[in-house]
Amino acid sequence: MAAEIKRRKILVLGATSALGYEALKHFAKDGDQFFLVARNPKRLETVADDLKVRGAGKVETLQADFNDFDRHPKLIAQAVSALGGLTTVLIAHGLLPDQGACQKDYALTEEALRVNFLSEVSLLTIIANQFEEQKQGEIAVITSVAGDRGRASSYVYASAKAALDTFLSGLRNRLAKSNVQVLTIKPGLIETPMTANLERKPLIVKPTGVGRDIYKAILKKKEVLYTPWWWRIIMAVLVCIPEKIFKRTNL
Amino acid sequence: MFHTKAYLRNQYECWGRVFRFEHGIEPVFWRDEAPKLESLPGPLLPYGMGRSYGDVCLNSGGVLLDTSYLNHFLTFDPQTGLLRCEAGVTLFEILDQFVPEGWFLPVTPGTKYVTVGGAIANDVHGKNHHVGGTFGCHVKRLELLRSSGERFLCSAEENAEMFRATIGGLGLTGLILWADIQLKKIEGPWIHMETEKFSNLDEFFGITEASDEAFELTAAWIDCATQTRGFQRGIVIRGNYGHEGAHKKSARAKGPRVAVPFDLPGFCMNRTVLRMFNAVYAGKQRKKRETGRVHYESFFYPLDILGNWNRLYGKKGFYQYQCMVTDDKKHSGCKALMKKVSDRRMDSFLAVLKKCGPIKSPGLLSFPREGIAVAMDFPNGGEKLLKFFKELDAIVQDYDGCVNLSKDARMPPESFKVFYPQWENFGKLKDPKFSSSFWRRVTGEAG
Ligand SMILES: Cc1cc2nc3c(=O)[nH]c(=O)nc-3n(C[C@H](O)[C@H](O)[C@H](O)COP(=O)(O)OP(=O)(O)OC[C@H]3O[C@@H](n4cnc5c(N)ncnc54)[C@H](O)[C@@H]3O)c2cc1C
Ligand SMILES: NC(=O)c1ccc[n+]([C@@H]2O[C@H](COP(=O)([O-])OP(=O)(O)OC[C@H]3O[C@@H](n4cnc5c(N)ncnc54)[C@H](OP(=O)(O)O)[C@@H]3O)[C@@H](O)[C@H]2O)c1
Repeated sequence: MAAEIKRRKILVLGATSALGYEALKHFAKDGDQFFLVARNPKRLETVADDLKVRGAGKVETLQADFNDFDRHPKLIAQAVSALGGLTTVLIAHGLLPDQGACQKDYALTEEALRVNFLSEVSLLTIIANQFEEQKQGEIAVITSVAGDRGRASSYVYASAKAALDTFLSGLRNRLAKSNVQVLTIKPGLIETPMTANLERKPLIVKPTGVGRDIYKAILKKKEVLYTPWWWRIIMAVLVCIPEKIFKRTNL
Repeated sequence: MFHTKAYLRNQYECWGRVFRFEHGIEPVFWRDEAPKLESLPGPLLPYGMGRSYGDVCLNSGGVLLDTSYLNHFLTFDPQTGLLRCEAGVTLFEILDQFVPEGWFLPVTPGTKYVTVGGAIANDVHGKNHHVGGTFGCHVKRLELLRSSGERFLCSAEENAEMFRATIGGLGLTGLILWADIQLKKIEGPWIHMETEKFSNLDEFFGITEASDEAFELTAAWIDCATQTRGFQRGIVIRGNYGHEGAHKKSARAKGPRVAVPFDLPGFCMNRTVLRMFNAVYAGKQRKKRETGRVHYESFFYPLDILGNWNRLYGKKGFYQYQCMVTDDKKHSGCKALMKKVSDRRMDSFLAVLKKCGPIKSPGLLSFPREGIAVAMDFPNGGEKLLKFFKELDAIVQDYDGCVNLSKDARMPPESFKVFYPQWENFGKLKDPKFSSSFWRRVTGEAG
């Protein structure tokens, strides 16, 4: 229950993500505690220092690559013991692969699926059991609007996100009776390092508003968040286009 | 990674929008992994929020180093108020975080949507110049990345020459990665404001003289529309930080409430602004003197309520002319300027006057010096306006003054070299690979 969670104890997986960071700023202001995990130690330190200045109650860090699946159980155990339990988990890591390269080389496709889907599933399996047992908690995972419809330009990435959406929907259904929130965060096109190389950037926005939306959605116990909000409308329209027509488009 | 086409959206412009240039964009994602500047093509220039009116923040055909990802705080000492933060942190973020904790910016310009890097590189000044000096006076230390890949820690003691060149250095000495800034202790978000009307310049100077002793914050608005009728009405706005605290929430910074979504046709500016001005000026203040307690937002940043208000001027954009003239007993410099404006019947609706004090900035090219600063906005009026600016330049020169580079979009090279004779010294400290449209325009240097 919201009232019970006064100071959150937040595990952040992919803490150096630009979108994740924008959300964490708000929690830091509330004095929450953090266990930050990311693979680049210098970047991790930058984020950790920033959150401390912003008012975080406690900030612990751990370096890890999420492709190292064997480390997942230990990593979560470390977070639990460092913070004395967890109230909240934010999964923010992800990778936008080069679609053209994936088409030529399955190894790259597999890597993208591992980072964008399987690593989350592995982590969530452990976390879900824990939160189910403690009968409370908040799980927030960043997927993407891209998962709503596969397009020629990005379907490897999109299919991983779609799979994750479906996984989260099922998990939400399972954990509802255990009082655990599962939030699916679906950003539109946001200006972050991930999108810096894209040639076309329709409707791109700065990440600040996305961070605030994520923060509010967690506080409000939402299920699915489209951010910025207009992407909900855009995707609703896109999804309605029959395949017969959609297959000829170039979106 | 070099993103030429990718970011060619019109967001990399200057505030006055009289220039539209194409740039390559290189975002700087992390301060420890800055891009290899040597290997980037063409002249480089850091870019903050583009709140400079003219081309000091533009680099036509070159590369802009977008600093918006350098937005982290590093350390803060709640005992002393010393903040270390990355150069892309905005003044908005600093206010939002630290006003509730009882700290304010040591110096602030009239908008909070500027970066720390931009505030240093233009050595901005504000309503407290007569007691606080410029922003650069409160920068204790900074780290500078040069195109050679070298990083310099700069302060009054270490690499002091580079430090002085970087403050007010228009982004030309390298990329500032982070800086130490001494914040100012306050007790709450409120300002005790007093406004007083005047109807001619002598009256303005009288009020200002009396105010500068008693008030930490002063500036004046002058209504140029009445000038042609032979008088200069205006208001001196002054204030002190209040002693009462506030609930944390009301101490936080506020985002824009309305934005101008697209360019208005140029002719709208006349009526729109006059109406706004009349509402504020004539409508609100009837008495000679008024006092009250206001939030720092409405005291320092009245224009920030309206996001992108520069679009009100339409596609052709506008100019701000800001100059300093030395002051004497008769205030002849300031009077000569105002007379020229009324003689030429130029349409600046609003001019801002500020008496600047004797505190010297460490900056080599800094604009503020002791005297009277006058700022006026003009819709882009083509050749006629440019000719008029040259006439103003001549007056400024007569009164040992200078024109503010961070607002400039038209200064001829001759004037630049007169206003800033130290420019050649500065040139020696400039990074050879950094340049701007402004620098090439006023020095004649090639890309
Ligand atoms: C409404 C309004 C009111 C204003 N009021 C005032 C005022 O009262 N007093 C005043 O002095 N100014 C005032 N200004 C001007 C404004 O404060 C300055 O132009 C400021 O420097 C803009 O900062 P920016 O972050 O937008 O920088 P930009 O305009 O993007 O860049 C400014 C300069 O800083 C350099 N720069 C930016 N980041 C770095 C970095 N990391 N390292 C090295 N160089 C860097 C750029 O190369 C460029 O030369 C006002 C502007 C507006 C729009
Ligand atoms: N930006 C958008 O437009 C957009 C839109 C929809 C969805 N999303 C999603 O939002 C999330 C965050 O992305 P972002 O936009 O914030 O981009 P970002 O700043 O590049 O963040 C991506 C993060 O994922 C981390 N990461 C990638 N692979 C990893 C691995 N194997 N092990 C550990 N960490 C790994 C990266 O770590 P390093 O710092 O070490 O590289 C980085 O912190 C992603 O899931 C992305 O798919 C983004």
